[in-house]
Amino acid sequence: MTAVDTPVVPWTGVVGRPLPRVEAAAKVTGAIAYADDLQLPGMLFCKLLRSPHPHARVVSVDTTAARAMRGVVAVLTGHDLPTKYGIMPTCEDEQALEHEKVRFVGDPVAAVAAVDEETALAACRAIQVEYQPLAAVESIEDALAPPDGEPLHDYAGPGNVHRLAALEFGDVEAGFARADHVREDVFFFEGNTHLPMEQHSATAQASDGQVTLWSSTQNPHYVHRALAKVLGLPMGSVRVVAAPLGGGFGGKCDPFSHEIAVCKLALVTGRPVKCTLTREEVFYTHRGRHPTLMWVRTGVDREGHILAMHFRSVLDGGAYGSYGPASMLYTGALQPTTYRIPAYRFEGARVFTSKAPCGPKRGHGTPQPRFALEVHLDKIAEELGIDPVTLRRRNYVEPFTRTVNWLRVTSCGLQQITDRVLDASGYARRRRRLGHGMGFAVSSYMCGAGLSIYWNTLPHSQCVVTAGRGGVTVFCGATDIGQGSDSMLATVAAEELGLQPGAIRLVTGDTGLTPVDLGSYSSRVTFMAGNAAREAAAKLRQLLVEAVAEAEGRSPEQVQVRDARIGSLGFEEAVALAEERFGTLATHGSYTPPAGIGGRYKGAGVGPSPAYSYSAAVVELDADPVTGEIDVHKVWLAHDIGRAINELAVRGQVEGGVCMGLGEALMEAQAYRHGLVKQPSMLDYKSLTFLEMPDVETILVETVDPEGPYGAKEVGQGPLLPVIPAVVSAVHDALGVWVDEVPVTPDKVLRALEARARGRDARYGPKSFPVVPYPPLVKVAPPDAAAPTL
Amino acid sequence: MSGAGEKQVVRLTVNGEDHELLVRPHATVLELLREDLRLTGTKHGCELGECGACTVLVDGQAQLSCLLLPGQVDGACLTTIEGLADGPVLHPLQRAFAALGGLQCGYCTPGMLLAAKALLDTNPTPSRQQIKEALAGNLCRCTGYAAIVDAVEAAALGAVEAAAQDAVEAAALGAVEAAARTPR
Repeated sequence: MTAVDTPVVPWTGVVGRPLPRVEAAAKVTGAIAYADDLQLPGMLFCKLLRSPHPHARVVSVDTTAARAMRGVVAVLTGHDLPTKYGIMPTCEDEQALEHEKVRFVGDPVAAVAAVDEETALAACRAIQVEYQPLAAVESIEDALAPPDGEPLHDYAGPGNVHRLAALEFGDVEAGFARADHVREDVFFFEGNTHLPMEQHSATAQASDGQVTLWSSTQNPHYVHRALAKVLGLPMGSVRVVAAPLGGGFGGKCDPFSHEIAVCKLALVTGRPVKCTLTREEVFYTHRGRHPTLMWVRTGVDREGHILAMHFRSVLDGGAYGSYGPASMLYTGALQPTTYRIPAYRFEGARVFTSKAPCGPKRGHGTPQPRFALEVHLDKIAEELGIDPVTLRRRNYVEPFTRTVNWLRVTSCGLQQITDRVLDASGYARRRRRLGHGMGFAVSSYMCGAGLSIYWNTLPHSQCVVTAGRGGVTVFCGATDIGQGSDSMLATVAAEELGLQPGAIRLVTGDTGLTPVDLGSYSSRVTFMAGNAAREAAAKLRQLLVEAVAEAEGRSPEQVQVRDARIGSLGFEEAVALAEERFGTLATHGSYTPPAGIGGRYKGAGVGPSPAYSYSAAVVELDADPVTGEIDVHKVWLAHDIGRAINELAVRGQVEGGVCMGLGEALMEAQAYRHGLVKQPSMLDYKSLTFLEMPDVETILVETVDPEGPYGAKEVGQGPLLPVIPAVVSAVHDALGVWVDEVPVTPDKVLRALEARARGRDARYGPKSFPVVPYPPLVKVAPPDAAAPTL
Repeated sequence: MSGAGEKQVVRLTVNGEDHELLVRPHATVLELLREDLRLTGTKHGCELGECGACTVLVDGQAQLSCLLLPGQVDGACLTTIEGLADGPVLHPLQRAFAALGGLQCGYCTPGMLLAAKALLDTNPTPSRQQIKEALAGNLCRCTGYAAIVDAVEAAALGAVEAAAQDAVEAAALGAVEAAARTPR
């Protein structure tokens, strides 16, 4: 069930309609080709040999027996691919195949290309690797202790600490001194993983020193860069094509070993090479949610106005850098985008452990602090005897303001989404009874990161639109990972040209054919590629209108563009006329976030975005006081979408985000025992099925963002965020206990109930926060004191 | 190893066409479909019978092709996603999934559609709860499931067009069908 606030701006075209996605026919007939569906003549199959040790020195790798096997065409080790890489320039600490040291169970050490997968697998088993095991680093506590032997990496430190940050905006101590009430809490968010339905797959083909990779990647541009670097080829000799993705959720954002290995093997053998990961390998490839320990201290006045906040986090990063420095900074960046925090201190740390690397997952670094912050505010409200919604409303940020950490906020529908979700759910009128509860929480998320992953001067998104006898084609590097980016591009172009989305041909996510779009991450595609496509298509419309106006002796303003007609001409006739008048019809558009949307301090690159979406959730559930089991009945989710370009697609993102949020809140965990993933299968890794998924009522609030395409903002990540704390809040509402650690499993609920029965604190969660070697604070003057530059 | 071991002859009908194949006896029917017959519409998510993505119909029953050996389908009639439409005309389930947002990334969709067809073939008017129970073995990571239940329900009721929310959307359904006939 979906409700939409009355649109502020009326449209006569296709924007705002609940249209089927443009590739729907190909998906319902099985015609669409995902990466593993690609079959090339003479293709070889690649398997990776992976470390069985969580931390070990590689003494030797003997591939003699493997090479001698019938059907084996090539074997690679780390000596063949020695160049280090990594998605972030500050931590290029990965090697496609490790030849000196392995840092987690699953770290690849060799790659085989053979005539079939079975032979490749048998050859991997025939490779003799001598390891010298080193002390494993299994937890945050391990990583913070002085290393037992050598640390995992030698470029960071102290010990296994990867990255640290300490920032202060305004005078936090003065804020605490003025506060009537100060509260501290500690929270833990267990790691979890993306679990896309499609296992990663990559196929490479090489000829004349040029290589093409088809891969299930969200970010072809970043893979393109990494390949050129590691293979030692000019970027022009490498082409990366993002195949249609069977789900990503952040899990296909890094350049991966298997992608690099198949390219090298294709170059070495002269034959196409494919590598498809098994489901178990996907769990070890990971890059998922960082397990995060958090401590938060907030000072408020009697009415609950926040006067100062101090937030600390420490993230278990796993074995490599990945997006880690950004993930860590995100645990401190977006708290001020929902609440006015006049003085704010953030201390963050990421540590290395000998486990699969963590990275970006839906909400990237923000679900953990959002859970902590919202539950913490509930506890403050409870102590002050203030309704938790009222307390939040007193602190909501206003539209068109700047946060204490310098983030520019534009459209902001916090009050409206709160009104709507409370109205729909009846939260305020709920009757309290044992075992039944409702919880409320809000959140916000970025519409695209304000800065690229690596420093460059490229526009963040670029599009070319052509028109001719072959119809209209949009060329854009944007990559459809299932979120609907292709449909968005087609809808935008169709809107500008007076056509239907199905009339637009798309060439997307291909570094050889499309101008760069940075990729499908940080909820950036609708805002950035949408604006680029709109500019390009509007320029094309202008050419068509001018040509028709000239031919008809009218002014361009009098020429209507709609229903496949330009003025009195059919669209195709208008194209022919404009081609005659202007030559080849090809227009372009690009998008770069405006300057000045963030601050100028070290760490200011994480958090700025051209706009923020806002979400509010109410969760209703039963929590059994005897068994601790939780049964969620219904979730109401109100989302400030700015403007829904396609209501059907937006609703789908909301429902999918709620589903994944409930999974994280209730059951999903990627946990380890002695370096091994405890649940390396889809049966053991618990996620929601049809039977656990409750009803969702989606409420879309359109605030019409001034800079979003047609006013649109993101929806892919935001709606997941408030669901997790709303579940925790509802469990408290039902049973009177706090579970300060997600997932909220029945055993944790029972332990909180037991603690209360024994007269102890009625909670389950971490008891203390460790001593972390945070650096000296970098003090940043907040915008008010330093003349805002809005 | 490639070529090692005795191969086995399997005769089966897939989407109405007869095939006689020489296959490794320990290959899975999933591999047979995707690799020998090049019918890549059938997907794999786990190859361990956990996710439902590889669901096909074997003599009308929904089965996980990753758990079937060739010998188990000797003489059987299989329907894969490539055989769901009636020539160029989409099956009502396919129309409903497209129109009502029953798919996003689309990777679970072939298995989901065939599991739904098996349900409607035995129970043409299932309740929402019956739909959920019948499809509970098929995981979807994108949709949150609700739109899939909507789609199966609408297909069962013959109400796909009615469920489309406005005229433009209903018209676009025609475009989806046209696109299915002429792949770009």
